[in-house]
Amino acid sequence: MTQPNRVSGGLIDRARTLSFTFDGKPYQGHAGDTLASALLANGVRLMGRSFKYHRPRGPISAGSDEPNALVELRTGARQEPNTRATVVELFDGLSAQSQNRWPSLAFDALAINDRLSPFFAAGFYYKTFMWPAAFWEKLYEPMIRRAAGLGSLSRLPDPDVYDKGFLHCDILVIGAGPSGLAAALSAGRSGARVILADEDFRIGGRLNAETHGVGGMAGADWAAQAVAELAGLANVRVMARTTVLGAFDHGIYGAVERVSDHVPVPAEGKPRQILWRIYARRTILAAGATERMIAFENNDRPGIMLAGAMRAYANRWGAAAGRRVAVFTNNDEGLRTAADLRAKGLEIAAVIDSRKGEEVTGSAGRLGLRAVTVRDGSGRTRTVECDALGVSGGWNPNLHLTSHHRGKPVWDEAIAAFVPGPGGPAGLLPVGAAAGHLTTHGALRTGAEAAAAALADLGHRPAAFDLPEAEDAPVRVTPKWHVPGKGRAWVDPQNDVTVKDVKLAHQEGFRSVEHLKRYTTLGMATDQGKSGNVLGLAVMAEMTGRSIPETGTTIYRPPYTPVAMGALAGRSREKEFKPTRLTPSHKWAAEQGAVFVEVGMWLRAQWFPKPGETHWRQSVDREVLATRASVGICDVTTLGKIDIQGRDAGAFLDRVYANTFSSLPVGKVRYGLMLREDGIVMDDGTTARLAEDEWVMTTTTANAVPVFRHLEFCRQCLWPDLDVQLISTTEAWAQYSVAGPNARRLLEKVVDQDISDAAFPYMACANITVCGGLRARLFRISFSGELAYEIAVPTRYGDAMIRALMAAGEEFGAVAYGTEALGVMRVEKGHVAGNELNGQSTALNMGLGKMVSRKKDAIGMVLAQREGMVAEGGLRLVGVKPVDPSQPLTAGSHFIAAGKPATAAHDDGWLTSVVHSPHLGHSIALGYLRNGTARLGERLRAVNLLKKTEVEVEIVSPHFFDPEGERLRA
Amino acid sequence: MIINHPLLGPRDAQEFVYLGDARLIERPDGMAEGAPQAFHDHVYLRDNPAGEHRELWYHEQGDRSWLVVTRNTVTHEITGVELARDVARAKGRSR
Repeated sequence: MTQPNRVSGGLIDRARTLSFTFDGKPYQGHAGDTLASALLANGVRLMGRSFKYHRPRGPISAGSDEPNALVELRTGARQEPNTRATVVELFDGLSAQSQNRWPSLAFDALAINDRLSPFFAAGFYYKTFMWPAAFWEKLYEPMIRRAAGLGSLSRLPDPDVYDKGFLHCDILVIGAGPSGLAAALSAGRSGARVILADEDFRIGGRLNAETHGVGGMAGADWAAQAVAELAGLANVRVMARTTVLGAFDHGIYGAVERVSDHVPVPAEGKPRQILWRIYARRTILAAGATERMIAFENNDRPGIMLAGAMRAYANRWGAAAGRRVAVFTNNDEGLRTAADLRAKGLEIAAVIDSRKGEEVTGSAGRLGLRAVTVRDGSGRTRTVECDALGVSGGWNPNLHLTSHHRGKPVWDEAIAAFVPGPGGPAGLLPVGAAAGHLTTHGALRTGAEAAAAALADLGHRPAAFDLPEAEDAPVRVTPKWHVPGKGRAWVDPQNDVTVKDVKLAHQEGFRSVEHLKRYTTLGMATDQGKSGNVLGLAVMAEMTGRSIPETGTTIYRPPYTPVAMGALAGRSREKEFKPTRLTPSHKWAAEQGAVFVEVGMWLRAQWFPKPGETHWRQSVDREVLATRASVGICDVTTLGKIDIQGRDAGAFLDRVYANTFSSLPVGKVRYGLMLREDGIVMDDGTTARLAEDEWVMTTTTANAVPVFRHLEFCRQCLWPDLDVQLISTTEAWAQYSVAGPNARRLLEKVVDQDISDAAFPYMACANITVCGGLRARLFRISFSGELAYEIAVPTRYGDAMIRALMAAGEEFGAVAYGTEALGVMRVEKGHVAGNELNGQSTALNMGLGKMVSRKKDAIGMVLAQREGMVAEGGLRLVGVKPVDPSQPLTAGSHFIAAGKPATAAHDDGWLTSVVHSPHLGHSIALGYLRNGTARLGERLRAVNLLKKTEVEVEIVSPHFFDPEGERLRA
Repeated sequence: MIINHPLLGPRDAQEFVYLGDARLIERPDGMAEGAPQAFHDHVYLRDNPAGEHRELWYHEQGDRSWLVVTRNTVTHEITGVELARDVARAKGRSR
């Protein structure tokens, strides 16, 4: 196969031919090509359709600023939309498809939009599709979304892995053109730890694209030599294919390394990309500059590109944008472009220099450039036949990272461009073209100088760096932003924003930069205004009669270029999205066929289905009944456990709990209620006193971490001199609840000590041993209302303990029960849990008002007594049962008085927790009811407007089961 | 951000949990006259400065120290890091 527009030279390996397809058609390129350079070499200029008008488009750039040549890469699950053909490294077998066209790129039915453009002017969706209102969501928006667009997703899970990594360095150099290489060489030779990162796969920046010499050799050769030297320095890390995407606080930079995007499939064990977090003491921004377009009528045809891109394709890739080329410029780049292309044997049709009063006024060619119209200084027009036009409107320094901390760029008249201003990230030094130094000499010099300054700052002695000889012709840009005319002249090609759109925005009063952006969508696309923003600003400045810096500046936010969501997620996806915590009995529970539920990060057994049980209620009812009839065992390891020690531990507990603890005798447990300082209940649990100055607190599963944090706050910030030490022991102990009338008889088989009621009464606790010597903790506490114990053993014995308990319980028909049965039994007993501890409720709401001691200063005590919180008639915890026992209750239902409409004005409270009580044979619930304590026996409606249920209920005591508590004291 | 922990040196802010204004250290006496008003002010009234702010950070993924960090809320520049315990003692808090 021939590559008709392949010319001599370049940094490609002609010995290695690579096959690829674009829209199914096979082509060939060479190693070192990008997709865009290979397509151009094959004579393909048309690579995409524009966002709104579906105009035919080709690449205008040769880098990451590309707005037009967006393609879908690969197929199947690895299909990736909106990749810029100009930075896609060619590999053998690559398959690319054009996007946003139907049925084909050359014939796109929606190109009709281009004819309808008067209807699609700036802000059209704010005006055109307004009526009727309901049509927006159902008709207009879906229609616009289908018509306007970018590429499509595969809708399959991403098969690749992404990693995250951390790097530290003295000096981070961003960009490896002449300024970056000079900086890296200076810093590297001095021994500092240096990272040199460049988004390109070949280091060298513009040195690879221009014919300028450096130090008496070709620029590309000098760059290669520099890379070789840097590779030999152990203190330097050169990272190609790595885009630094943002400057964050305190010298932290984010970067994406494309490890495997240049191969068909990542190598075994390799990630596709790595998101690096780089900690740099100093940073040198050597990101170069982006050339800009001059707007003229139909300046968007395939074949019209930036002059620098044209030189890059010819010099670096041996690819010609066309055979007969014209150049339109407002600076000295024009003649250089003509000379470079002529040296490649291409025909130069014309060089149109706006400084001589000449300008391009239009173009022709449906799917690619055929000719341009040129008006000379005397006003005469002529047609110039050409298949490519290189345009240079000057250069915009790539100062993006300097504005990531809201540093405002400043206008530099000499080069008619914004350059980095003050207020950039601390420790970041812009150099070279990124700082407005547009010559090779200027780049090398400022790069070396910045390195020397950074090194001195860090206490390193700068090594010698002799500046190599390089061109230093003065650069002046005579502004030429757009050629006035009747037709549409593109400012932001990706979002189809034209000079007319900017004028319309001005006419309708959207004149500030921020309004201009939002009204016209200027700079909103994947290139984030790299190609169009300054041009748009210049046109607006012309309208308002103000200077460009007076009109506004454009500042940038991270990321510098688009980042794959996968890279941001890293390994945190699917099952690895967050850590999963397993209790010590997990393996055993899984063997029993347990159904697990996520509780925070924990997996807990929800119930244990037996053969023949087809509905979860059958399992849960059985577990509850068997526990109350004999004995049941439940893993309660997930409850937070905090060991509290020290002479002042009791005094400390008095201050963090609403009730008193210092009076608790050794060997006893007490229920505690913890308030927030605003008087709302924060958490509850039991705290045991195992010795004079040794306590163990339990918290709810959900609040284990926040409570521990809160206690540390109290200990360090409020009472720094109390003798009290804390340590979280949640992971250190496996803990099981053993509940039911046979709980003691079961435990007596494993516990080494006497645990008769006399020796170990209700609310006792002790350090004990089990199974002939294993240390354990035993607490006689009950959440179920049964005679119950919680037994804790070191975590590594957790699996053995559950098996020993179940074996010991066999003769009693012991069951394992899960969180559902646990919930049923606690509701039957009227104990509060997460649904009642909802961050809005007070002790009084929960019926626990008497626990708040007013005799001592404890957290939350003062504000819990506020008038509004202790007022009569507030919400109180009640029990609820259906008047007709066959009717199920629905959690979240609201209490409404009979005969009153179900509106907020008649809302009397709500049902917090609903379960089916197998003992009572019907639904029961806990709820918060206004003035509830005084309303026992009252009948109300429980209305749930979401579930569309309504049940007549009776208000009862929340203690449905064994209200006197005789069973737990048995 | 990087917080220069007084005991452990520079640590990434990701290791910390943020609480808020360091005035939370100055908890009023609940048994004193006028406690309700004092607690109202303590719990609900905060300055929200655009500039220097003394604030509490907790080294949860570290040594569990509570720190008082002096940070400029506009630039994020950190000009001081102290152990909250020392700050509390300097304010006369003890037992």
